[in-house]
Amino acid sequence: MTTGQRIGGNLANFVDERTGAGRALKKNLNKVFPDHWSFMLGEVAMYSFVILLLSGTFLTFFFIPSQEEIIYQGNYAPLSGLSMSQAYASTVDMSFDVRGGMLMRQVHHWSALIFLAAMVVHMMRVFFTGAYRKPRELNWVLGVGLLTLGIVEGFLGYSLPDDLLSGTGIRIAEAIIQAIPLIGTYVAFFLFGGGFPGTIFISRIYTIHVLLVPGIILALITAHVLLVWFQKHTQYPGPGRTEKNVVGFPLLPVYMAKAGGFFFIVFGITTFLGAVASINPIWLYGPYNPSQISAGSQPDWYMGWLDGLVRMAPNWETHAFGHTVSWNILIPGLIVPGIMFTGLALWPFIESWVTGDKREHHLLERPRNAPTRTAVGAMALAFTMVTLINGGNDLLATHFGLSINQIMWFSRIGVFVLPPIAYFVTKRICLGLQHKDRDTVLHGRESGRLVMLPSGEFIEVHEPIDQYARYSLTNHEQPEVVELQLEDAHGVARPGSVKEKIRARLSRGMYGEQVQKPTEKDLLELEDGHH
Amino acid sequence: MKKILRHRRHPVAHFLVLGIALLAIGFGYTLLSPSNAAVATNARSQAVEEGRQIFLKGCSSCHGLNAEGSTQVPTLLGVGAASVDFQVGTGRMPLANASQQAMRKTPVYNAEETAALAAYVASLSTGPAIPNAAQLNYERDGSIAEGGQLFRTNCAMCHNYAGQGGALTQGKYAPTLMGVQVKTMYEAMLTGPQSMPVFGDRTLTPQQKLSVIKFIKGVDSEKGQGGFSLGKVGPVTEGLVAWVLGLGLLIGVSVWLGAKSK
Amino acid sequence: MTDTHSAPEHSGHQSSTALSPLADPGLPPHVYRRADTEPSAAKKAERQVAILFGLSAASTIAFIASFVGINKDVFVFIPLFGSTQAQQLALGITLALSLFLIGAGAVHWAKTLMPDHEVIQERHELRSSDEDRQGVIDVFHEGAEAAGLGRRSLIKRTLLGSVGLVTLTPILLLRDLGPLPRKQLETTNWAAGRRLITDPGGIVLKAADLQVGSVAHVLPEMPKGSETTLNDLVKDAVIVVRLRPEDLNLPADRKDWVHEGIIAFSKICSHMGCAVGLYEQQTHHLLCPCHQSTFDVETGAQVIFGPAARPLPQLAITIDSEGYLIAKQGFMEPVGPSFWERSS
Repeated sequence: MTTGQRIGGNLANFVDERTGAGRALKKNLNKVFPDHWSFMLGEVAMYSFVILLLSGTFLTFFFIPSQEEIIYQGNYAPLSGLSMSQAYASTVDMSFDVRGGMLMRQVHHWSALIFLAAMVVHMMRVFFTGAYRKPRELNWVLGVGLLTLGIVEGFLGYSLPDDLLSGTGIRIAEAIIQAIPLIGTYVAFFLFGGGFPGTIFISRIYTIHVLLVPGIILALITAHVLLVWFQKHTQYPGPGRTEKNVVGFPLLPVYMAKAGGFFFIVFGITTFLGAVASINPIWLYGPYNPSQISAGSQPDWYMGWLDGLVRMAPNWETHAFGHTVSWNILIPGLIVPGIMFTGLALWPFIESWVTGDKREHHLLERPRNAPTRTAVGAMALAFTMVTLINGGNDLLATHFGLSINQIMWFSRIGVFVLPPIAYFVTKRICLGLQHKDRDTVLHGRESGRLVMLPSGEFIEVHEPIDQYARYSLTNHEQPEVVELQLEDAHGVARPGSVKEKIRARLSRGMYGEQVQKPTEKDLLELEDGHH
Repeated sequence: MKKILRHRRHPVAHFLVLGIALLAIGFGYTLLSPSNAAVATNARSQAVEEGRQIFLKGCSSCHGLNAEGSTQVPTLLGVGAASVDFQVGTGRMPLANASQQAMRKTPVYNAEETAALAAYVASLSTGPAIPNAAQLNYERDGSIAEGGQLFRTNCAMCHNYAGQGGALTQGKYAPTLMGVQVKTMYEAMLTGPQSMPVFGDRTLTPQQKLSVIKFIKGVDSEKGQGGFSLGKVGPVTEGLVAWVLGLGLLIGVSVWLGAKSK
Repeated sequence: MTDTHSAPEHSGHQSSTALSPLADPGLPPHVYRRADTEPSAAKKAERQVAILFGLSAASTIAFIASFVGINKDVFVFIPLFGSTQAQQLALGITLALSLFLIGAGAVHWAKTLMPDHEVIQERHELRSSDEDRQGVIDVFHEGAEAAGLGRRSLIKRTLLGSVGLVTLTPILLLRDLGPLPRKQLETTNWAAGRRLITDPGGIVLKAADLQVGSVAHVLPEMPKGSETTLNDLVKDAVIVVRLRPEDLNLPADRKDWVHEGIIAFSKICSHMGCAVGLYEQQTHHLLCPCHQSTFDVETGAQVIFGPAARPLPQLAITIDSEGYLIAKQGFMEPVGPSFWERSS
């Protein structure tokens, strides 16, 4: 036994005698994880969160979360002698006078943008492959919660430096809160310790941003990952992969190396962005002043769709019995986002209700094999893109020589017209791809070789595909339309409740049209036809 | 007289008569010729006249024969030499086409012609004059921090916090202030071209105007502090870079990571 | 579309006739990597991994050198991109490389050298067995019996009551987070006789200081010694514009709220409170850059485009005996965004 082995053995013994860790390690160290690049997107989000914690801790050592006004004493000439909050001044000082301070600020902000982008892309992968189905509905809901918290956390984070751009964002958030009927002004005054901007808001959101929300996010991420651990990760369908197994690589050594290495890669790429690309240059924005504003003021990208919704909202406001309800703020600011996120969270339950599918699923579905789901996802993406684009309509106008008024009208109409078009187009593309798959199974792959028959006819040679490919193209499930039961078990006619009627309608509409996958019978018939 | 004529054949007589004649002509010319001031006035009225000619040819079709304007076209009475220097000097005038906005382009008229036009318009009625070099010493007379504050209150809502330009209604825009001449910026503030409002010398004193210019020149020449700027237009380009470069690289690495090695 | 009966390569793939054409053929045969079969390739991969780790270490040393050695005031010029601060760029790039190369080394090691045989593990049913479920139900029943909750309803009710009440305490503790709104949203510092001063700058304005087409950003002149804070600015900010008097088209009761074409409005947008500072001199429109609400000055800042629902509150102005612009009265309605208690 070498010295290393002896020390390692003693250490392991020490820990095991006190924790019984050996049992858990034996079970989990060779746990198998399926391998696909699209499974790494959630990891990007998780590692970004770790990077945020690390870089953020560094920032807390230099940031002063106070709105107390001081005179700037630092070296940056355009700000010298100006009155500004401690929060703003400490951020400027951290950027210019602390070695690595600018780098850490930028790494922190870039990794926040990537954190949210990765969550969105990960969510899209989970959605389009149907990974949220039973038993993973709860994990999906946790994910929606993480996304929402991430958006709030990012907004509060970039508002901490109290600069002109983010202060404007806070002003707008306060207006949304203030517009809530009955309690709005009270909630706003409580949050701000008085009227806007007050003197205590930055300190309060500091606590929320540094302690409360990261704590909740950490807890939710832990639950989210533990669920994946115990339920085992889903896998793409294919030869050798069933609902009852996991095919992949063991944790030790492959996954530890790959996943561990990936953390360093994510950190490295984020740091690279923080090194070369300037982000949130608050010294150029100037300290927050409610009588000032810059052209082209937008929130960070993950709130751009909210900004776009607010810009395109019709200017409805009702006054009755001495009170005002601002529909122009409530609809885009609270009602529509509320519907969107609630719908997002409830989607797994809606889908399982319409399809009547209550089984466990561990195999993913290719998007083309679930055309309705894919089309609904495309619809949601179209809606988000239109609102996002409208959020930047003034920048689009200046850079492409357009008119903000025209872009606004395009968005107002587009947000209703484009999603249904996206649904229809996507569904047809999926059905078309299913046709192609069916043809490939039945007739083989088009090889591109042309052969002239003795009769003079030209044909394209089709290469037959092997068993592995055939299995891959045909092993998916096809949902059945849930019919309305018009007779009960004894044959007595029954009308069916409203809920059942809606469900039957939806089921027919969403799953009525399908491309039947080729059966053995089809193949054998084809073979017979050739003999 | 008879006494003088008796000596008319004296040899010196020729030279004497010639000398007297020359002196007489010399004095006479001096008395009758126009003075230096009068030369300058002549030159100025020459410029005005030249300007009038150019105006009639190139500007009167829109601005009217007497620069009175119309319901569609602003009058030039009272706009001052500074306006003309700004509009014609930056090529905005003559308008290329009657679109929403007069855009900066290659000037049609050279410096001399522009000066002539300015002199002509200034001669029609009083208005702001072209600032001279002593009035434009922003390094000496401006304060960069004060300029920043003034800029953010008076200018940033159109031109953006870093003078990159911004959108107005119906396709109009406030142009970028990067690389713009000091004189041009001063004249713009003073005369309020097109959509831009007028910033008179009480709402923005000459010293305050120079502070604003000093701030913009500072932003223009400021070297990147945190890496390369993404256009100084805020979070929109930052989001684009995060998605395209950040996620793009990360997804690329993911594909490499998941791919089987040869 | 007919296809050919192709060559012998076809029949080779169709293995035993017992396997149906669409059945699961199991995992495809394993393909070995070069590093698995050729020791020289394995050695090469090992060297590559070592180089990656080594470069990372070198980069860390470069990071230390940059931290200590590069001055804050040095700027470096990169073609196509421009100038940037050298220390920040060096620190960032060296750190990025240090981290990235560790990761790249680990991943390359896993890909080329670690075993890549696909392993199959069984999934166990997630659902607990019926025995376990029954066991839990039994334990629960026993526990509930022992606690006596079912029988002792007095305990149950008082328990719920006490826990319910104590949850009210944190809600009450939050009461002092802030004052009640009361009149704060409805009052500004504008009052009759307050002179208009420029913001920033503090210069008092006469009517003659503004010519047609000009704009001024103003605040109310406060008595000496009082400090103007951001909390004042957020309600007091006003924008003053001068048009030709004949261009104005105000309702009859507002005709005396202007002075010779000089008209003043609250600069705080009636939509969500951004500063509406953007005045288009030729169209006489005020544009808010946040959400593009557009207000027409000629008709008293009526909304002509965008999501704002109300015109900007107008400040009635006139001139005092010395010719300085003053407010005739305060604002006749609350400024800024709407709220429930606002009656109009």
